[in-house]
Amino acid sequence: MAEDLNWAIGGEAGDGIDSTGKIFAQALSRAGRHVFTSKDFASRIRGGYTAYKIRTSVDQVQSVVDRLDILVALTQRTIDENVDELHEGSAVIYDGERSWEADIPDGVTGVDVPLKSIAEEAGGAIMRNTVALGAACEITGFDVEYLDESLEKRFGGKGSKIVENNKEAARMGQEYVRENYDVDLGYDLETTDEDYVLLNGNEAIGMGALAAGCRFYAGYPITPATSIMEYLTGRIEDYGGHVVQAEDELSAINMALGAARGGARAMTATSGAGVDLMTETFGLVAQSETPLVITDVQRSGPSTGMPTKQEQGDLNMALYGGHGEVPRFVVAPTSITECFWKTVEAFNLAEKYQTPVFLVSDLAMSVTEQTFPPEAFDMDEVEIDRGKLVDDDDEVDEWLDAQGRFRAHAVTDDGISPRAIPGTEEGAHMSTGLEHDELGRRTEDQDERVQQVDKRFRKVETAEKREDWDYREFGDEDADNLVISWGSNEGALVEALDYLEEDVRVISVPYIFPRPDLSDEIEAANEVIVVEANATGQFADLLEHDALTRVKRINKYTGVRFKADELAEEISEQLSVEVSAQ
Amino acid sequence: MSSDVRFTDFKSDKQPTWCPGCGDFGTMNGMMKALAETGNDPDNTFVVAGIGCSGKIGTYMHSYALHGVHGRALPVGTGVKMARPDIEVMVAGGDGDGYSIGAGHFVHAVRRNVDMSYVVMDNRIYGLTKGQASPTSRSDFETSTTPEGPKQPPVNPLALALASGASFIAQSFASDALRHQEIVQEAIEHDGFGFVNVFSPCVTFNDVDTYDYFRDNLVDLEEEGHDPTDYEAAKEVILDSDKEYQGVMYQDENSVPYHEKHGVTEDMSEIPEGAPDDAMDLVREFY
Repeated sequence: MAEDLNWAIGGEAGDGIDSTGKIFAQALSRAGRHVFTSKDFASRIRGGYTAYKIRTSVDQVQSVVDRLDILVALTQRTIDENVDELHEGSAVIYDGERSWEADIPDGVTGVDVPLKSIAEEAGGAIMRNTVALGAACEITGFDVEYLDESLEKRFGGKGSKIVENNKEAARMGQEYVRENYDVDLGYDLETTDEDYVLLNGNEAIGMGALAAGCRFYAGYPITPATSIMEYLTGRIEDYGGHVVQAEDELSAINMALGAARGGARAMTATSGAGVDLMTETFGLVAQSETPLVITDVQRSGPSTGMPTKQEQGDLNMALYGGHGEVPRFVVAPTSITECFWKTVEAFNLAEKYQTPVFLVSDLAMSVTEQTFPPEAFDMDEVEIDRGKLVDDDDEVDEWLDAQGRFRAHAVTDDGISPRAIPGTEEGAHMSTGLEHDELGRRTEDQDERVQQVDKRFRKVETAEKREDWDYREFGDEDADNLVISWGSNEGALVEALDYLEEDVRVISVPYIFPRPDLSDEIEAANEVIVVEANATGQFADLLEHDALTRVKRINKYTGVRFKADELAEEISEQLSVEVSAQ
Repeated sequence: MSSDVRFTDFKSDKQPTWCPGCGDFGTMNGMMKALAETGNDPDNTFVVAGIGCSGKIGTYMHSYALHGVHGRALPVGTGVKMARPDIEVMVAGGDGDGYSIGAGHFVHAVRRNVDMSYVVMDNRIYGLTKGQASPTSRSDFETSTTPEGPKQPPVNPLALALASGASFIAQSFASDALRHQEIVQEAIEHDGFGFVNVFSPCVTFNDVDTYDYFRDNLVDLEEEGHDPTDYEAAKEVILDSDKEYQGVMYQDENSVPYHEKHGVTEDMSEIPEGAPDDAMDLVREFY
């Protein structure tokens, strides 16, 4: 493994922790280093404890680990919260002039920098975090010049004076440490000529939506989904689209449904508590055969749960939410690049099969900023398939009945009916949440009911045959032991392989329904462990059902994401335990 | 094609199952005539319906239509119009759909001022569930679930609209076919959210707010010389709970509909066959 630095800044909400962290992350990225960030934050505007953590290496990094090398602590609580992750060789940068006396753990180097005083000298106390960044550069052997570009990006809008002051503040922080401390913890951050982009999962979903031709988004603010709406606002307009902040999630999903009936590619996004409200409309989307992408950025539940904490607890809701039997697809991207590609795919699936598609992400992925080569989002690779959209006279004629009425819910071999959107001549028709005939008119006729139910589920069967529902594979393909995961745990799991002594095969599953049939893989394995961030093992239940066997489970529901080293330990432990007889 | 459109083109071949004499027949006829009269045709019209007797209207009319979830017709209509400013959107619902389960959406649709019409068939009763109190039922109106009356005053939907910043507020009576059609027509032609509350009597479950009651009590604002552009005058008639008015109560002549105000003018159904040409710029933003 190449040099791997774990850096963090922590303080109270309102201290500018996030933007300072982002500035450092961007600087590292500009220096051609890979970055993986995470955030500790609470549901409050000011106070409490919040931290922005960066893991950086010249190799790709895709997980957090249980180790912190450099900590910028603006509060004692920041030190206390991270005390277990600090080690001999760690340094804590703090401001000894502040009213609290820093309690630096044994073996950890305390670097007392008068952040506020230096910042004032540079032009204002507000720049104390920038001073800390400069100090961190000195300790890590990272050229302070790399901060310049990200400082320009962050403060450019506030005028060149602010930018220059910040650059100066960073240099003064660096100078101060150089002159007053002889800290050599052995860090000397290497740089490369690589150009990386730095983005989080929600930005990748938003960008995927724009690439896929999404033109309408309606949503209601909720952590941690809001940043998708924030991303689209101000960008979607460039493509003739629009974002509406609705009065609630009930409205948001119905607006998106309306836009989709109008022929737009439309999306809504929310988190579990919002999905509860949207569930009301799931059945209508499916029954009216409307193409719609519904994104759930999961957070800890139930009820208000822990709104700023990680969990993968909504799998059953995405699969089974709504009364009656609702055909749907459930797709769960496993990485930030996959957030992009699976969003594109979700729009295609929705239109090809005129079915709701649930895109299930989670808090960890939504707040993590990670570096990628820009080619990871190669826009030339984006394909758009609008399915059976009929728009010219001949196509429409083909689907008219003897009385000239458009058969919007025609019963077909593959279950997919033609789709005419408003403005298409002779295409006028009704769609409804009621059971209906081929024309969309309500019916309670037993034969028509069965035909329509069957055709809607036949679309899913068709999709199962036509599409690839692959899994992603890592580790040793021939290993006896199999670890399976869904959603965002992939990165931690892949990195856990580096820590594990045992050989394991890792299968990471991005499709929950339809999903790849893993029966053979499970049967061939000696031990099978399913990793997921929930208490009950919702995905493990599905796999047991699919493969008619029992699997071992690693469940984490503390609200904190899996970490690579911790996960390796748990896998190792599970592998050493005999399976109890069933 | 629009010049040849007759109102019967908006009629489907499905026979309504409304009770004989139901006000909804007259309400729907007026809506179809108003749509034809304003130059629309079924292929460029989208009708959204809620749940209840009124919700069945999508089945009996012929156009693009969606019959949705109880109370959510307005958000659906909003979405259609955002995506397709070129399409005529008409939302239909009842007093339960619009003022009870959908009241939240009503307030926000009004203040958003999207260019569509909203026709509420107000019969002051829940008909399809066989006669329970609605939000517009009188406080002493006895029903199976409220044997002593609803114990709360009725909602004044017109005042609710006014308070929410409406740009067009009107009321009509299903039985006064010509005036009803004219009023709905004005709502369609209004630049913004055209709201019409229609007295649409339920002949089966409401023996108080009957055709005779409205015939005897209805005051036509046009005959009264009411000026709908006069906000104060509008306020007066809207808050007057002693009389039942018909006509356009309020119209903001300077109303600018949402899509014009916020530049939502593109046909969103048209997208390129791949990512937009400049899409790599979106990636480069993250450098």
